Amino acid sequence: MRRIIVCLKQAVDVAQLKVDAATRQLVTASAPRKMSDFDKNALEEAVRLKEKLGDTEVFTVTVCSEDAKSVLREALAIGADKAYSVNDAAFSGLDTFGTAYVLAEALRKIGGFDLVLCGETSLDSFSGLVGSRLAELLGLPLVSSVRKISVEGECVVAERSLEDAVETVKACMPAVVSVTREINQPRIPSLMMIMKASKKEIVAWSMADLGVSKELLEPKIEVVEVLAPKTERKKIRIKGENATEIAENLAKALVQEGVVGR
Amino acid sequence: MSEFKGVWIFSEKFDLTLEMLGKAREVADKLHSKLSVVLIGSDIDERVNELVRHGADKVYLASDPALERFQVETYLGVLHSLVANYKPEVVLIGSTKNGKPLASRLATRLRVGCVPDCVRLDVDGEGRLVCERITYGGSAFAKIAFRGKPQIATVPQRAFEKPAPKEHDGQVVKIDVKIEPAGTEVVGVKPLGSSSVRIEDAEVIVSCGRGLQNKEDRVLLDELAQALCGQVGCSRPLAEDRKWFSEWVGLSGHKVKPKLYIACGISGVIQHVAGIRDAKVVVAINKDEQAPIFEVADYGVVGDLYQILPALKEAIKKHVQ
Ligand SMILES: Cc1cc2nc3c(=O)[nH]c(=O)nc-3n(C[C@H](O)[C@H](O)[C@H](O)COP(=O)(O)OP(=O)(O)OC[C@H]3O[C@@H](n4cnc5c(N)ncnc54)[C@H](O)[C@@H]3O)c2cc1C
Repeated sequence: MRRIIVCLKQAVDVAQLKVDAATRQLVTASAPRKMSDFDKNALEEAVRLKEKLGDTEVFTVTVCSEDAKSVLREALAIGADKAYSVNDAAFSGLDTFGTAYVLAEALRKIGGFDLVLCGETSLDSFSGLVGSRLAELLGLPLVSSVRKISVEGECVVAERSLEDAVETVKACMPAVVSVTREINQPRIPSLMMIMKASKKEIVAWSMADLGVSKELLEPKIEVVEVLAPKTERKKIRIKGENATEIAENLAKALVQEGVVGR
Repeated sequence: MSEFKGVWIFSEKFDLTLEMLGKAREVADKLHSKLSVVLIGSDIDERVNELVRHGADKVYLASDPALERFQVETYLGVLHSLVANYKPEVVLIGSTKNGKPLASRLATRLRVGCVPDCVRLDVDGEGRLVCERITYGGSAFAKIAFRGKPQIATVPQRAFEKPAPKEHDGQVVKIDVKIEPAGTEVVGVKPLGSSSVRIEDAEVIVSCGRGLQNKEDRVLLDELAQALCGQVGCSRPLAEDRKWFSEWVGLSGHKVKPKLYIACGISGVIQHVAGIRDAKVVVAINKDEQAPIFEVADYGVVGDLYQILPALKEAIKKHVQ
């Protein structure tokens, strides 16, 4: 039986993030969380591979410092067979190294996998480092920025979406693959799938279960500040009786700004 | 006392290497240290001079037929042994789809931090590199420093200006390379038709979003852009979902800095807005007066783009004449 493990992040839903106008601080603590979009693409792809290849199981692993039940349930509803939650309050300040390190230890403990799938980057921090750090820590080949994937025997063949080319790459399994959002359109689980998922297993581990070294969890970077940018836009409404008049008023304003004409 | 010294840069893209040289020179000067470039490839010796003229004090040249194409493991092997050996305090790596995993794995192998996609770089009072990057889907800038060395950061394309070439003294260090086997095999490469015009260089951009109904309606934007001597851009769904365009503006696309950005039928979600922060003047045309784009626009028109755009083209033509 083939085993695919998908790394899933519970991310801040950036679309619902509020900014404190006075301090320009983000109100992240109370912001809703959701499954990071790119990881959802990775999960969808894993489930599609399972459907296509047969004799395959899909597990998910989530490293978090807060409750992620609803994300894990969603993953099971989309089609994962089992979800691992590695949850510990001590993980709250993890940087990309720490996250990859805990993931690597969890993957080692689960073992027996052929393919590790993850999103190319995450919805909230947008760093895009964890997949490659994980490959390095596990000593596995990495195929990043993948927009199409197939399994051929003991290898994966994948199309990588580069800036100026599409590169087709072959790697022997086990391998780590990170996917782009182009790769698929994730399904929306039906009520049936959601109900079926409630019977599936969620395995809960803490830091102690993995025996990770505290020292390696120390962040290697220091976030000095996170501030919303100052938006100093004029916010002027251009009005008029009809399209022609509006257009004329807008054109005049743009000429005055010195951005139209010479 | 830190044993780490020197600012290094590497990118498999030569243009990006040149762009990084300008900013890296400033960082090196602030740290009173030397600026070096790692040049990896095959038959690339003639590029050394250009690097020196753009500010490099030293070029580590790793030339070998086996290095002709970028392969993450082989390039990582070369870069890692150099960095482990010479111990630079700062390593800047071009943030491409290939460069980023390279930087990330280098940092992991060295058990140090990595800050990706830095759009601003500075040195603080303690001589630490301070990086600024866009985070939370474009809602914020994060300032990040490092807790160890080397300090590894990646720099996106077109974040910094390429410096003007001038006379400069530089030294070449030729490296004996050991080739590490690659874990992946490239079995095919299909170049994408790269657009000859770079949207980052456009002075005026007329951009459309899902408010555009049909692919053919693009002509409305083309005509206005032409009247303004500008280019046409779009939001991500028009490229990614509808495939009407190949590139888009925004956090995961191109970050643009035109004098004038006209957003037509674009709602103004933060990921899009993250790409237009550096525009001088932003105009929004949207039929929904509640659309968030109006909050980040200098001039807003509540209206149907199908009526406004043709009228605007005529009005602009009149004024430009
Ligand atoms: C991780 C991540 C990264 C992303 N990166 C990017 C990115 O880099 N760039 C990007 O653009 N998006 C990005 N997105 C997508 C982004 O979240 C939005 O989905 C997208 O920007 C919305 O595009 P839109 O404004 O064209 O469409 P919509 O949000 O659907 O807006 C269409 C607008 O058109 C208006 N409209 C409709 N008809 C007319 C008409 N006739 N005249 C005038 N107005 C009309 C509507 O009122 C509406 O406001 C990203 C998303 C994620 C999750």
